[in-house]
Amino acid sequence: MATEALGWWGVPLGIAAGTLRGSAPFLFVSLGECLTEKSGKINLGLEGTLLMGAMSAYAISYVTQSPWLGVLVAGLAGIVLGSIHAFLSLQPKVNDIAVGIAMIIFGSGVAFFFGKPFIQPVAPQLPALEFGAWSSQPQVQSALEICPLFLIGVAIAPLMQWFFQSTRWGLLIRAVGDSPDAARAMGISIFKIRLLCIITGSFLAGVGGSYLSLFYPGTWTERISGGQGLMAVALVIFARWQPMQCLYASLLFGGAQAIGPALQSVGVTSYYYLFNASPYILTLAIMIVTCSPKRTLRGAPGTLGSSH
Amino acid sequence: MLNHYHWRGTLEAVCIPIAAIFFSLVLFGIFCALAGADPLGVYASIYKAAFGSWFSFQNTLIRASPLMLTSLCTALPAQLGLMIIGNEGAFVIGGIGAVAVGLAISSAPPTVVQLAMAISGIVCGGLWIGAVGALRYYRAVNETISSLLLNYVAIALLNHLVSGPMRDPSSLNKPSTYPIPALDMLGSIPGTRVHYGLIYGLIACAITYFLMRRTTFGFAARTIGGNIRAARIAGLPVGKLTVAICFLAGSCAGLAGMVEVAAVQGRANESLNANYGYAGILVAFVARHNPLAASLVAVLLGGILASGGILQRLHSLPDATILVFQGLVFLVVLYSESLYGRFRVFQDQSTVRRPPSVPYVPRPTSL
Repeated sequence: MATEALGWWGVPLGIAAGTLRGSAPFLFVSLGECLTEKSGKINLGLEGTLLMGAMSAYAISYVTQSPWLGVLVAGLAGIVLGSIHAFLSLQPKVNDIAVGIAMIIFGSGVAFFFGKPFIQPVAPQLPALEFGAWSSQPQVQSALEICPLFLIGVAIAPLMQWFFQSTRWGLLIRAVGDSPDAARAMGISIFKIRLLCIITGSFLAGVGGSYLSLFYPGTWTERISGGQGLMAVALVIFARWQPMQCLYASLLFGGAQAIGPALQSVGVTSYYYLFNASPYILTLAIMIVTCSPKRTLRGAPGTLGSSH
Repeated sequence: MLNHYHWRGTLEAVCIPIAAIFFSLVLFGIFCALAGADPLGVYASIYKAAFGSWFSFQNTLIRASPLMLTSLCTALPAQLGLMIIGNEGAFVIGGIGAVAVGLAISSAPPTVVQLAMAISGIVCGGLWIGAVGALRYYRAVNETISSLLLNYVAIALLNHLVSGPMRDPSSLNKPSTYPIPALDMLGSIPGTRVHYGLIYGLIACAITYFLMRRTTFGFAARTIGGNIRAARIAGLPVGKLTVAICFLAGSCAGLAGMVEVAAVQGRANESLNANYGYAGILVAFVARHNPLAASLVAVLLGGILASGGILQRLHSLPDATILVFQGLVFLVVLYSESLYGRFRVFQDQSTVRRPPSVPYVPRPTSL
């Protein structure tokens, strides 16, 4: 398409454009998952939350003609699903990963159930900020059309980093995730902290879903998410449970996702699917190199994955 | 006395899941009523489509057989205390392996081809999850995450192979491999429409149950799951057992992939990635990692999956309704896990030692 005129220069430009467009869902979902995991629980169900967010944002935007109201409702839908996940996974003897998989089925089921009538109609989209007006190249202009929601996500990352490092609440969450016994001794309610973390994380994932249906790719279909919610868990490990690194990791994963299509546009089609799988292979390779039987992963919350 | 020792525990293990399923039916009924359908009619339709007649029960069994096999991919490593969710990947890889071998030696007699496809599926799936076990033991890579990542790698590999190196040029809008010759396909059990995959599934569940509960191998595995340090001190080969059990687990899911390819699809394409793997994880959890219970739960879930079409036709509910139902059942059943041991009725009286009761001595109340 447009990249043809630029020849091979279209490839890095395509990847850069794809990074700016495609990393926002990764960013929101991974920040939500980071918050959840810092408190010591895993939410694998964010895939369902993402779909639910995408559907409800699209539906509300179509009905009320206000995309920002859609974003808000997507967050609320995330809160509802997050509350269910939190309530169930905080019961004794209930495995949070199994609940997560059940929540993927439930969340996507509810999203498809109510989303069926909204597959055809066209809903108003979120506005784009034109950062590329200085350039005469239309490709550059379209690459630099950035959604304000993405900028909000970029702003949340350092905010959350500061929150964990320098606030009392951040300390409490880290205490609950690292050493629940110590937290209990401090008189903190582990249940309440984890409940709030899971629900807030789910809220962020719902907002991430609204980006999918209201900006890029910008429609509501049942195949809109493609596993980005499940990826969040891997992304957070990749980012070592640091919100700022979640931002870098999301950009990297968003960019890696754009490699296949960018190469396809200049005629390299043979390894399209393998390029798409590169983030997963990269994460696995990094885990193999950095893990060791002699020590636990640096930065991992102490009770993560245990039934504590 | 010894014979009656566990009956209350067994009663608990039967009553709680049944109560959970009833409760989820009630929730689903409310959901249907809110959506404007008649809940009782919906229940009747689901029952009819899943278990109502021999014809529909065969549909249920066809859907249940891959679930039996994929559930073992989670249930077996769970005995070691490992949480593997790579069922989908092993399923896909097993399917690819089976197709590759089946096409390569398609000139051999059908029995040989079928056997070779089954072995190829078993080995490919086994190596896939065996690698997860090895990474866990030798590099301490979290098995849940690595198996999740490998799912995506497997699906990408499938898409790559069917759209490139293994593509049948005549498959235009849905890239696929060349079809397996009809002669080499797995047939049906005589007198039914159910393919032999059901037998594979039942045998696999029975063998793994026996292996885990009745042999020293299984005992060693459960010891590791119970206390890994004690197992090491006792001199058990923890690494070898981990890799072996993960291999077995993966081979079950790989066999399921082979069955799907050689009995249902006839070729490998993106339809192979039909969520049998993820559903298998839930079957394993609902069955509390017991292989025999997994075969029953698989039939139940197969019934739910088989009733998807009828809700759409008779009650004009969208096809996603069945996803909602499936999700509700699993959420409630998983919640019920926390109820074990909470009811007095199910406690074995003989195991609870009450402190000797102080004789009640009436005393005159002083006013």
